[in-house]
Amino acid sequence: MLRASLRQVSAALKEGRVTPTELCQRCLALIRSTKFLNAYITVAEETALKQAEEAEERYKRGQPLSILDGIPIAVKDNFNTAGIETTCASNMLKGYISPYNATVVQKLLDQGAVLLGKTNLDEFAMGSGSTDGVFGPVRNPWSYSRQYKEKSVPKSHSEDKEFNWVITGGSSGGSAAAVSSFTCFAALGSDTGGSTRNPAAHCGVVGLKPTYGLISRHGLIPLVNSMDVPGILTRSVDDAAVLLGSLAGHDPKDSTTVQDNFKPFELPNLTDVSKLSIGIPKEYNAPGLSSEILALWSKAADLFKNAGAKVVEVSLPHTHYSIVCYHVLCTAEVASNMARFDGLEYGHRSDAKESTESMYAATRREGFNDVVRGRILSGNYFLLKQNYEKYFVKAQKVRRLIANDFVKVFRSGVDILLTPTTLSDAAPYMEFIQEDNRTRSAQDDILTQAANMAGLPAINVPTALSERGLPVGLQFIGRSFQEKQLLTVAKWFEKQVQFPMIQLEEVKRHDNDVFHHQKSASFS
Amino acid sequence: MLLTLLWRATFPSMQVTVSQRIHNLLCHLLSPWVPVVGLEIHAQISSNSKLFSGSQVQFAAPPNSLVSFFDASLPGTLPVLNRRCVEAAVMTGLALKCSINKKSLFDRKHYFYADLPAGYQITQQRVPIAVNGSLSYSLCMDSKMSQMVTKIVRIKQIQLEQDSGKSLHDDTRSQTLVDLNRAGVGLMEVVMEPDMCCGEEAAAAVRELQLILQTLGSSQAVMAEGQLRVDANVSVHRPGEPYGVRTEVKNINSLRFLAKAVDYEIRRQIEELENGGTILNETRAFDSRLGCTVPMRDKEGKQDYRFMPEPNLPPLILYDAKSLPANMNHQQVINIDWIHERLPDLPSVKREKLVEQYGILPEHSFTLLNEDGLAEFFESVVKQTQMKPKKVIGWILNDLLSYLKQYSLTVKESPVSSFLLADLLNLLEKKEISSTAAKQVLAELWKGEGKTPLEIVKEQKLELLQDQKELEQICQAVIDERENEVMAIKAGNRKVLNKLIGLVQRKTQGRSNPVLVKQLLEKKLSE
Repeated sequence: MLRASLRQVSAALKEGRVTPTELCQRCLALIRSTKFLNAYITVAEETALKQAEEAEERYKRGQPLSILDGIPIAVKDNFNTAGIETTCASNMLKGYISPYNATVVQKLLDQGAVLLGKTNLDEFAMGSGSTDGVFGPVRNPWSYSRQYKEKSVPKSHSEDKEFNWVITGGSSGGSAAAVSSFTCFAALGSDTGGSTRNPAAHCGVVGLKPTYGLISRHGLIPLVNSMDVPGILTRSVDDAAVLLGSLAGHDPKDSTTVQDNFKPFELPNLTDVSKLSIGIPKEYNAPGLSSEILALWSKAADLFKNAGAKVVEVSLPHTHYSIVCYHVLCTAEVASNMARFDGLEYGHRSDAKESTESMYAATRREGFNDVVRGRILSGNYFLLKQNYEKYFVKAQKVRRLIANDFVKVFRSGVDILLTPTTLSDAAPYMEFIQEDNRTRSAQDDILTQAANMAGLPAINVPTALSERGLPVGLQFIGRSFQEKQLLTVAKWFEKQVQFPMIQLEEVKRHDNDVFHHQKSASFS
Repeated sequence: MLLTLLWRATFPSMQVTVSQRIHNLLCHLLSPWVPVVGLEIHAQISSNSKLFSGSQVQFAAPPNSLVSFFDASLPGTLPVLNRRCVEAAVMTGLALKCSINKKSLFDRKHYFYADLPAGYQITQQRVPIAVNGSLSYSLCMDSKMSQMVTKIVRIKQIQLEQDSGKSLHDDTRSQTLVDLNRAGVGLMEVVMEPDMCCGEEAAAAVRELQLILQTLGSSQAVMAEGQLRVDANVSVHRPGEPYGVRTEVKNINSLRFLAKAVDYEIRRQIEELENGGTILNETRAFDSRLGCTVPMRDKEGKQDYRFMPEPNLPPLILYDAKSLPANMNHQQVINIDWIHERLPDLPSVKREKLVEQYGILPEHSFTLLNEDGLAEFFESVVKQTQMKPKKVIGWILNDLLSYLKQYSLTVKESPVSSFLLADLLNLLEKKEISSTAAKQVLAELWKGEGKTPLEIVKEQKLELLQDQKELEQICQAVIDERENEVMAIKAGNRKVLNKLIGLVQRKTQGRSNPVLVKQLLEKKLSE
């Protein structure tokens, strides 16, 4: 049951094959037995069960609120949740209980979803590994899968098995791991430079970053306001469409959301792709792209070609500048956004009492990790009067060029861009932490970041398992606000590749009631 | 005398003497220094809720009772622009003859301070809502009221921005208490170009701005309540030379102090330069007790505010009749032309109308507008009486206003309503009482005991003697008693007649009509 898709389990709830409480309890039990993944920072057991009970009442009356009623979900711990701790995996907000719900959280609750808990991340979503949070790194469930165990060769027999576990990617690694390990049916992430798509790729789940302005950011603790988008992590493209339908639309509390009404949609089963034009941006064959992923990418292109779609190589010439451009814009906004954490109104406050200034300094030193402090420092440097034109304004101009690259390509008749999501499959933790956060983020974000610069919708679709038995995903980038087209194509692709289901011992124990047995990898 | 009256009325709490002002003017004329004064004025927008949040705006509410999640900068909260604040700024911009930017932008200005919870203020640094306007204001040049000059100060820009909270420093317990009620209230920052040259000009310009804001209702603009805050930029230079280094004078909380602070700062800078010193580009605070400016512990001057576009607010787009999109929801757009058409009469227009309609002197129109509600009071009295407006104005400006000043009351608090005053003036106009008696009645009315003028007249027997025979008898009695005076008059000394009139007045306890008495006496003396 737990391995079902959201739509399947919703149908089961409706038919009474399972009750919301039962479902919730099973998820909670699985969360407990997979605690070693460190996917959750807070598990809201009590409120979740209460919500499940309420859902159960509604189902008994035959009046579920929506397709989401009674569905256990998880939310990244940088979304405000009233009454449940919101920490951003930072000492600064440890123990902070928000008095309000983020708009997306409120929407989920209003539709009857059961909030299981808050998922782990890099501190303030700054990172690409989910390894730099104050609550420790998140472990990729695939590290414990039969697929990975069978294929990975232990480096040395004397070494602890522990050393082989791989990262989830990030920064929404907790959410990706939660969906991937079947502890919830969908999760919210956030995506500023790839933070939803990257861990989705590493954890073998669908990760959707909608168009900027389609989903409210109110209540999402910002990283880069002009690029942040709430992200959706699910087990299937159809489920992502369901979540999108329940979250999208104008929010009077977020002035950057679009005014137009959003009509939720169901995805058609595409049979004919011959009218589609798929763009393959050559710049995404980036340095460091593993040959395995390159091969997978071209195989996917062939798949479209063979099905009759037009596949064309396109150029997004300014892609190379996106890393450095992102670095300037991101750190500048971070410097600004983090200014509010001064220990006065909420969050951590240092005991330093010599002066207000010394209290600020100590609070921020104790509250933020090196990554956050480093970004604050560089951001403030870029915003200095003498540097503003040279860095910030220039970066904004480059951002415009990057966005225009996409405009030109889409204007040339291309419908969807197909790219890799990550350079390689997930790295083992011990390997990953050899490099500093900035280098890693720069490398890892290269394929995902441009979509944020341009505000475009993009989705990771799990595609195949790597030689090491780890998930690899490909990314589709669509036109602004053309989520339906993007998801329709993604769904078609998803169906073609038949990505294998993760084989986890823990889940088997908790979930004897299997809907159907999926084939093993058919696309590798 | 008249001048002082106007002056006091113009600047209600100001008590600068005429001689001192003339002295200042002379100094400026004779001095080889040219003082330059520019102003930055923060006017709190009069609105129900704050600039970017739904919290109420209210003066003197219990601390931290008007604070939304956004105002306290809780993580994840976003600004939502208050339409009313934008409209107020547009109105103000139009009234100050500014061009309104159809597209303006919001920026973040960063600095750490306890009463700035987000660590930045949202303001309009790059493209403000209104630019390039002007304000004309008048001030009198000498003791003759006719010598009023109109001056113009250019308005550089008007920008919308957030107010900060308030820090209260408890030095004894070495702690700072923060009240966020004011945090996020909408402000209009009006930047005046350095077109003024003395404290008096600065104060007159601000007074005119204050009247305009109050007329528009865009700000209550009460300085004492901090709704209008003025910072003055002051420098001096020699004629023909570039502007000198300027200082910024803060902590000015009344118009009187503004004039004082600016003039002090000008004198200080001249003295400093003449003694071979230099002027530092610094922020100084006005000490109202000592009447001087002192350097502030200046952190702000050297700060780099690290301005950055506010990413959570799209550009502020305004429309006019031409650019208004046809199918746009009117709730969501602001039409500049629509606001323009509905602007109330500005003080300058109101003054002209008063002068034209009632034939009063221009300076009287200033006084009428300077007191909140006085013009309305005057017009109301005029409507209810047969007395000519030119005569009514004297009663308003000399009698009523001095009572109000004496008791520090506003026009609205006057115990004598326009109705009662009109009633009284009607008695006078119908010659039922003398003007002396009328003043007595007014004094009685001021006590606010609810009596009508007529009741007071009856009670105190103040009505003019209407019985001509009785008056003739009294006149005759006076003539009979005063042989010497009669002789003198008959000998040609007409002045003595006044003495006889006075005696008749005394006998009638002021109830006789002096004109009539004079006629009767003359008639009798010529018999």
